Amino acid sequence: MQVIEAQNLSKQYTLGSRQPYSLREMLTGLFDRSDGSNRVLWALRDVSFTVDEGETLGLIGHNGAGKSTLLKILSRITKPTSGTASIRGRVGSLLEVGTGFHSELSGRENIYLNGAILGMKRSEIEKKFDEIVAFSEIETFLDTPVKHYSTGMYMRLAFSVAAHLDPEVLIVDEVLAVGDVGFQRKCLRKMRDVGESGRTVIFVSHDMQSITRLCKRVIWLKDGELRDDGEAKHIVGEYLHEQSQTGAEKIWNDDETAPGNEIVRLRAARVRTDVGEISSTIDIRRDVSIELEYEILQSKVVTPSVQLNNEQGSCIFISHDWSGEWRHAERKAGIYKSIVTVPGNLLSEGTIFVTAGAATHQPHQIHFNERDAVTFNVIDSPDGDAARGDYAGPMPGAVRPMLSWKTEIEN
Amino acid sequence: MTETTEITRIKPGGSVASLDLAEIWKYRELLYFLTLRDIKIRYKQTLIGVAWVVLQPVLTTAIFTIIFSTFARFDTKSVPYPLFALSGLSLWLFVHTSISLASTSFVNNTSLVTKVYFPRLIVPVASALATLFDLLFSIVILIIMMFYFGVTPTTQLIAAPLFVFLALVLAVAFGTLFSALNVRFRDVKFALPFMLQVWMIASPIFYPANLLTEKWRLVFALNPLTGILEGFRSALFGLPFDWQLIGVSSASLAVLSALSLLVFKKMEDKFADLI
Repeated sequence: MQVIEAQNLSKQYTLGSRQPYSLREMLTGLFDRSDGSNRVLWALRDVSFTVDEGETLGLIGHNGAGKSTLLKILSRITKPTSGTASIRGRVGSLLEVGTGFHSELSGRENIYLNGAILGMKRSEIEKKFDEIVAFSEIETFLDTPVKHYSTGMYMRLAFSVAAHLDPEVLIVDEVLAVGDVGFQRKCLRKMRDVGESGRTVIFVSHDMQSITRLCKRVIWLKDGELRDDGEAKHIVGEYLHEQSQTGAEKIWNDDETAPGNEIVRLRAARVRTDVGEISSTIDIRRDVSIELEYEILQSKVVTPSVQLNNEQGSCIFISHDWSGEWRHAERKAGIYKSIVTVPGNLLSEGTIFVTAGAATHQPHQIHFNERDAVTFNVIDSPDGDAARGDYAGPMPGAVRPMLSWKTEIEN
Repeated sequence: MTETTEITRIKPGGSVASLDLAEIWKYRELLYFLTLRDIKIRYKQTLIGVAWVVLQPVLTTAIFTIIFSTFARFDTKSVPYPLFALSGLSLWLFVHTSISLASTSFVNNTSLVTKVYFPRLIVPVASALATLFDLLFSIVILIIMMFYFGVTPTTQLIAAPLFVFLALVLAVAFGTLFSALNVRFRDVKFALPFMLQVWMIASPIFYPANLLTEKWRLVFALNPLTGILEGFRSALFGLPFDWQLIGVSSASLAVLSALSLLVFKKMEDKFADLI
């Protein structure tokens, strides 16, 4: 059943000082016709989509793409300029944690106030009060004014109230980045529970990893328009691809600009999935192949290599062709392809930047070392059959191997 | 899903929507908590708390008494001047404080407007209601003063809450109007104190309405506060009610309240975009 139906939602803003803020500006504006052309911005333009019951929909896009505007319209905070939408069921929206919190009031008082602001009934808050307090881990400070709380405590309390909101449709803006790692884990778990309990969720985040972990479907907004709508992994891949400028394939047609020297020249670099498709989105469980295509201009012993770096810029590993067959063999002039396969369940999720290289080791000479020649995104699996198992929170680590565990019982 | 699935319809704004009392009723608990919040914060933040609420009317009454009972002797009938002044001041200070606080209620609670939905009317109404708490203190002082001056109330006293209610309507109406105007025009912050001062002088707070001739009194009654103050005093001190005056003021109050609400409804859709 369709829970949310949005049809041609548009929102227009008038920019600049033409929106008079003081009477004087308005009065002078009456006589000042020189700058009558108001700059108009469409924060949202003709956006239509539907969301089914129980679906968790992710919303992605750059800053200013219209994500917040769309959430505000669906939350009834602002009205669309044109278009309509209808939502079945009680709507709860979390665009900020701790809306209406007052520093002079105690934790207890703020729980009631914030709960009411989020649309909870008093009886509902009373029923969940103990649960909220336990979740926030601030029991001992319940009657202390929140101005004496640390930022972490404040955020934990605020999120706890929000997390116990129990609507049929939940609209969430990037509020998960609160508190310490332990609390973040709890929040993500809670978010996932909400999604799994059959409620409909719309979730906005800049963190592509949590988007792909929590959502099966994603809507991508660009410049206020709906750019794409579909399977989360696919859309996130496309989005990251566009963002990182380089993608799964790069070809150098011009000899002048191609990396290399008079001995060897790089012609292309590609990322392929385990079925041989060129793709910038790689499932964490699957093998990924990196293919370097280069032209040997003078016969020589040449060793191709790749270096994989993560988003933090750390080198995950370097690999070069060590196979006996070519190790000491001179490569005659011609076009070659070297393919290296990285096994599944090794790389960590996130964007991987590949540096393509070629060198001769005896005597040492680097022919080319092209940084970020290609990039791809490793997407983790929400299905429980990857290294993360059933854990939904952030997992640090440069690699995420699937290792075997053994349990022995001693008594 | 339950059989009582509510459906939210989102449409472009523009038309002056209906008042939607059902929606406000649904959020009555929020009104309660926001009022409670405003009361608590005001009494927690000020150093002398309750004393402030008591001192303001008492000191003002003292000043008025010194000035007006020495220089201008108003005909306040059988009512001692301090009692006359305090009865007027208690309602005036309530209306004044309510409107001042309500006028900044959105500007000071930006996130309530930009981050969450509820009927916007609740915010200024809560500010006005919270001030009602101050009025309680003024009324206690008023009762003590009545004992002191030996003024015994008559059965007319039962009409007093009616005028307190009318004062509340006035406070809510203008508080709502200025809260909306303040979102759009930040001049309100500067203009309002001046307007309130003029209004105070133009209202029978420290002088009686019978100062004016019959003809002018009804024009004077277009100021809703005129009828409210005169009626409140008649109820307290057992004086005859001037129903003509009260009638004109009430009608004027009804028109002004409707206009205020209309302006508010017309502007509220744009709050989140403007603030």
